[in-house]
Amino acid sequence: MKKDLLGIGDLTRDEIYLVLETAEAMREIGQRPIKKVPTLRGKTIVNLFYEPSTRTRTSFEIAEKRLSADTLNVPVAASSVLKGETLADTALNIEAMAPDMIVLRHASSGAGHLLSRICRSRIINAGDGMHEHPTQALLDAFTIREHKGRVDGLKIAIVGDLLHSRVLRSNVLLLSTLGADVWACGPGTLVPPGLERFGVHVSTSVDDAVGDADVIMMLRIQQERMDGAFVPSLREYFNTFGMTAGRVARAKPDVIIMHPGPMNRGVEIASDVADGPYSVILEQVANGVAVRMAVLYLLAGEAEAD
Amino acid sequence: MSVSKRVLKGGRVVDPVNGRDGIFDVLIDGDRIARVGRDLPVDDGVLVTEIPSGLVVCPGLIDMHVHLREPGQEHKETVATGTAAAVAGGFTAVACMPNTVPVNDNAGVTEFILKKAAAANLARVYPIGAVSRGQLGEQLADIAELKQAGCVAITDDGKPVATAMLMRRALEYARMFDMPIIEHCEEQTLKGDGVAHEGFHASALGLRGIPGQAESIMASRDIALAELTGGIVHIAHMSARQTLDAVRFGKSRGARVTCEVTPHHFILTDEMLGAPVPYDTNVKMNPPLREAVDRDAMLAGLADGSVDVIATDHAPHHYDEKRVEFDRAPFGITGLETAVSLCFDRLVHAGIVNLARLIELLSVNPARILRVSGGSLSDGAPADISILAPDLRVTVSAATMRSRSRNTPFDGWALRGGVAATIVGGRMVYVNDNGGVHEPA
Repeated sequence: MKKDLLGIGDLTRDEIYLVLETAEAMREIGQRPIKKVPTLRGKTIVNLFYEPSTRTRTSFEIAEKRLSADTLNVPVAASSVLKGETLADTALNIEAMAPDMIVLRHASSGAGHLLSRICRSRIINAGDGMHEHPTQALLDAFTIREHKGRVDGLKIAIVGDLLHSRVLRSNVLLLSTLGADVWACGPGTLVPPGLERFGVHVSTSVDDAVGDADVIMMLRIQQERMDGAFVPSLREYFNTFGMTAGRVARAKPDVIIMHPGPMNRGVEIASDVADGPYSVILEQVANGVAVRMAVLYLLAGEAEAD
Repeated sequence: MSVSKRVLKGGRVVDPVNGRDGIFDVLIDGDRIARVGRDLPVDDGVLVTEIPSGLVVCPGLIDMHVHLREPGQEHKETVATGTAAAVAGGFTAVACMPNTVPVNDNAGVTEFILKKAAAANLARVYPIGAVSRGQLGEQLADIAELKQAGCVAITDDGKPVATAMLMRRALEYARMFDMPIIEHCEEQTLKGDGVAHEGFHASALGLRGIPGQAESIMASRDIALAELTGGIVHIAHMSARQTLDAVRFGKSRGARVTCEVTPHHFILTDEMLGAPVPYDTNVKMNPPLREAVDRDAMLAGLADGSVDVIATDHAPHHYDEKRVEFDRAPFGITGLETAVSLCFDRLVHAGIVNLARLIELLSVNPARILRVSGGSLSDGAPADISILAPDLRVTVSAATMRSRSRNTPFDGWALRGGVAATIVGGRMVYVNDNGGVHEPA
């Protein structure tokens, strides 16, 4: 594997399968009474989060601890940024203390690439702006495989705010690489220009996107997009794009409903769908730990081989 | 070395205004051109500078879009370092933008810049004043005073003139002084907080986009207002094919409109956002690098005469400012020390334009648009002369540039064509050790 995991493009198809298969073994560790293995003992991992995050940060931290890494959370928002330190300087200071890996969450697209150029530590992108969130896509693929046995040939509808979504970009790249038939659907104001060049179907019709779908993946729409600039109102968004039981009924009978979280109930997804029998949303969260353990293990293994 | 008379002997003189393209001698007397002719007799006391065959002697190049950053941002550039970069890049004159700190919206700032330029004593500096006080887009700056102090044009560069009404008034007012308004065309709401050209590459990298129409809509407004008022508008750093169409349409109707394009916009595309260095802040500029179809449109405009000027939009930034997240980095790259090599390599040697046309773009037309001297080697004209080396092999080296800043995406590029020497007011202010021109001991 490459030094860093900044985006899905850093992984070959074989490496994606390697991560998914390794995650199977990692999941088993989480089911033991003693949920800890010594694999990353002596490794230092810094979780550098410039954006608030509950799910992703907790997931990485649990994954690191289950692998026995020494793990450290840097609450950046509370420290350096307020003092005017640049990302590059903060990273170099952390680097000076010789961590093995840095897990970075940042509001700017490409923040991980900046760190990658100046740090020897391995960088794992835990979400950069509107760019990518590769471990989310990996855990999504893991969850899909768990239910469907494959990704190849499945119709997967991704519905919501496509423009601002790093989850969309990582999933489009990963799921297309694995051979899925990906449909991206959202309001015309929230479709990134040129999206069709990723080899996905782009549609503004939810009915077309979810029709006969094997998987429906909802994307969060942030409240601040609802001020009339992108979408007229919350009510109109829900009526036009919200995932209701009626819309789910157009999909395959064994469809699964996914959401990367945090959910806006009654905005992009009806509560009866989120809590209903097709929903695998909490399984995604559970699988996140196993997939992140796999990524950490494989990147650390590369470090050993250096 | 101070000499009163000098003859440049044996070079290929390309002087489109006087219809010259051939081997001529150029006799300089003091700060003026005395005569251009074949095999001029050399009197005693005349310094002879041999120009090796293959070199080109042409009217001094003028970069009409440069940020010298002084006063206020001397950590990026000063008048002294910027004009040192200019002459090393073959430019005998630069026009500098008013978005300094404070803004050049009054005679005091203009005079300060001219004083610094006189002290540096390298390239000529033509200050450009602000259209609006503080470049705030609210009320007109004291334009007559700016003109009197030495400003050759006005602009709110960095952003467009804020409203159609203010632009109308500015065109009407500046017309009294025969001053062009140089316009940074960008419809601000459409630009939003965009940082790159809107399209596949920005989408893939999760960067907020700026469509070409943000530029062309504003250019269309300004061309319409030039027609309404009879005022003079010059479209700065054009990047989008739609803008070029708007300019062509305006010219066809007789509007007083001209336009410029930068080397980076006729060479690079938004593909560079992702490769070779993803999120390289040295490919972040405003307007952004656009698509291949836009780049090709700029080349077509250069070839067919629709484009009037090549300017660099030299925009130095300190490396601290550029070594940040892409969306937080300032817009802009340096250009003075790469332009000539890029133009030779990508335009002349590529067969897009011939040498005479290149000199129109870099010298004749900027002088005409700014209503300044230069642009020809006529008898009696100021002796501002660029000596170019079309076949010189050049490797761009940001580390050795004279500009105080190093923010160029062209570092390491191998190019064919460069500068041999630069003469301003009869003084040899720059000699490239590898260029083939040597000052006699």
